[in-house]
Amino acid sequence: MKIAVCIKQVPATESKIKPAADGKDIDRTGLSFVVNPYDEFGVEEALKIKEQLGEGRITVISIGSDKTAEALRTCLAVGADQAIHIKDAALEGSDAHALARVLTAALQRENLDIIFFGKQAIDDDSGAVGIYVAEMMNLPHVSAINKLEILSDENRAVAHRQIEGGTEIIEVSLPAVFTCQKELNEPRYASLPGIMKAKQKPLSVLSLADLEIAPDSVGLDNAVITLDQLSPPPTRTAGTPLEGNAEEAVSELVRLLREEAKVL
Amino acid sequence: MDFNFTEEQTMLRDMVRKFVDQEIKPLAQQIDKEHNVGLIQGILKKAAPLGLLGIPFPEKYGGANMGEMGYAILIEELSRACASTSVTIGAHIGLAGTSILIGGNEAQKEKYLKPLATGEKLGAYALTEPGAGSDAANIQLSAKEDGDDYILNGTKLWITNGDIADTIVVYSVTNAELKARGGITAFIVEADTPGFSAHRIEDKMGLRGSATAELVFQDVRVPKENVLGQVGMGFVIAMETLDESRLSLAAACIGAAKEVLAMSVDFSKKRVAFKQPIAHFQAIQFMIADMTAEIFQMESIVYRTAWMYDQGKKIPREGAICKLFCSEALDRIVDKAVQIHGGNGFMGEHPIERFYRDSRVNRIFEGTSEIQRMVIAEDVLKKGSY
Repeated sequence: MKIAVCIKQVPATESKIKPAADGKDIDRTGLSFVVNPYDEFGVEEALKIKEQLGEGRITVISIGSDKTAEALRTCLAVGADQAIHIKDAALEGSDAHALARVLTAALQRENLDIIFFGKQAIDDDSGAVGIYVAEMMNLPHVSAINKLEILSDENRAVAHRQIEGGTEIIEVSLPAVFTCQKELNEPRYASLPGIMKAKQKPLSVLSLADLEIAPDSVGLDNAVITLDQLSPPPTRTAGTPLEGNAEEAVSELVRLLREEAKVL
Repeated sequence: MDFNFTEEQTMLRDMVRKFVDQEIKPLAQQIDKEHNVGLIQGILKKAAPLGLLGIPFPEKYGGANMGEMGYAILIEELSRACASTSVTIGAHIGLAGTSILIGGNEAQKEKYLKPLATGEKLGAYALTEPGAGSDAANIQLSAKEDGDDYILNGTKLWITNGDIADTIVVYSVTNAELKARGGITAFIVEADTPGFSAHRIEDKMGLRGSATAELVFQDVRVPKENVLGQVGMGFVIAMETLDESRLSLAAACIGAAKEVLAMSVDFSKKRVAFKQPIAHFQAIQFMIADMTAEIFQMESIVYRTAWMYDQGKKIPREGAICKLFCSEALDRIVDKAVQIHGGNGFMGEHPIERFYRDSRVNRIFEGTSEIQRMVIAEDVLKKGSY
């Protein structure tokens, strides 16, 4: 069973995020970075499948600057077998669609049975890359899964996903793409032997040239979706107490909902 | 010169930080309030399979071989959350395990260090007695040769992990005339040996979740093969172990100091007095500045000394300097933290109150501040200054 987990390095959950001066990105100074928590569910699920089947090879893949290697090493310390770091200056500012094309090019070289993504990255909350990749690779996909079962013939899997009022149970043929929701499992900690071994595991670096992708098809200038402006959420204003008895207060409330908030 | 952690050290710190945030921090207040040693034992069970209980020991004895740097990183992170847990693990690794690593022969390391490193067994280190604290050479617990065994009689006091440990390194007198000059011998004693008993001491100012015990030895028969190193080498092993463990105690002070500073910064930005956050007042800012300056000093000397130790240098002077400075600095820092928190800092429901109580013993155990000054002065007068 060959499994890939696509991961993203994101600011740590407890970080205090503020927009950068140009309003086009967040201010990264002083932030610490972690593996996107939803991606960790993918790594854990891959490890569980490998343990359950008694065989398998887990590849973690990420696109990013030099710093991204830390996130990949962390996944190797947790138990992944090898890592692929896609790094190229031309990728700066790429949108989800371009990143999906780049990942697809890398994933297609691996002859995979399962590809995991987190259901979204906690930084931009876009949640698009995994589904784009499934489409580009022409593979079935199930998003936001909270349970996965590999059927014994290994060519099929059953995934569960929470929908309003119930659970959707979907059987797919492999290879397939899954994006992971938080109830899927409990990610393990890296162990010390794992940390010491991480450095010896293969971490290959690929450029756009290695993937045969033209630099002028990615990056900020070629993005189909561009970020216009990042701004902090507006500060909350104080509530308005409604005067008078219940009847008067209710009619005032209805008037405000209709005329001020315009929700009625 | 490179002051950065290695990639492995960074991963270790991140992993321990995550473990501490998820497994220890949520329990820390309860551990303290209920004197709940059981919760700490539960944490140890989770820490063991990750390899956290054998960080500095060589791989062949089941450790991770991450040296004093790795160990200091572990202790600093643990101490951000819970001094009781940190001290339990510190006594296990830094005192019991380290004594065996320093003094033990191959067979002893295989038999006793390995299960400590993997966390299968818990360790304790028994030196202090009712009449021998700072004056460690004055211990009275006696070990008399009898055929293939020694027979131990006496009492040890305030022994961390004393009543929950499986493997205890016990310092005893084999020659009352020689004492520190070859008359003190260390033994590895298994807790289920007949004649040994341990009694928990509950009423402490701080470290309330850590098991502190009185150990009683009544004709405890220990085989000669359990003499740690050689007969008469005990005092040397005890002192070398303390050099190393003093350094980790200093690392514990860094963790606590950083945590109370973070809480103080947070509190001072939120707490409003005279219509503005108290962080706007210079009186508060100066306290925060002093706390920060001392933390930077603590961090600088401790990790430098850990690096020296890992280079194979002996650190009697530097270990004592770290212990002295960091324990005293932490007391100044927690005192300011309580002051910034005002009434909130005095209340038992706030962790600041726990940090304040837990801090005080650092100036006492593993050699008082006064003993550290003696060690430093003696070393400088003997070997010269820098």
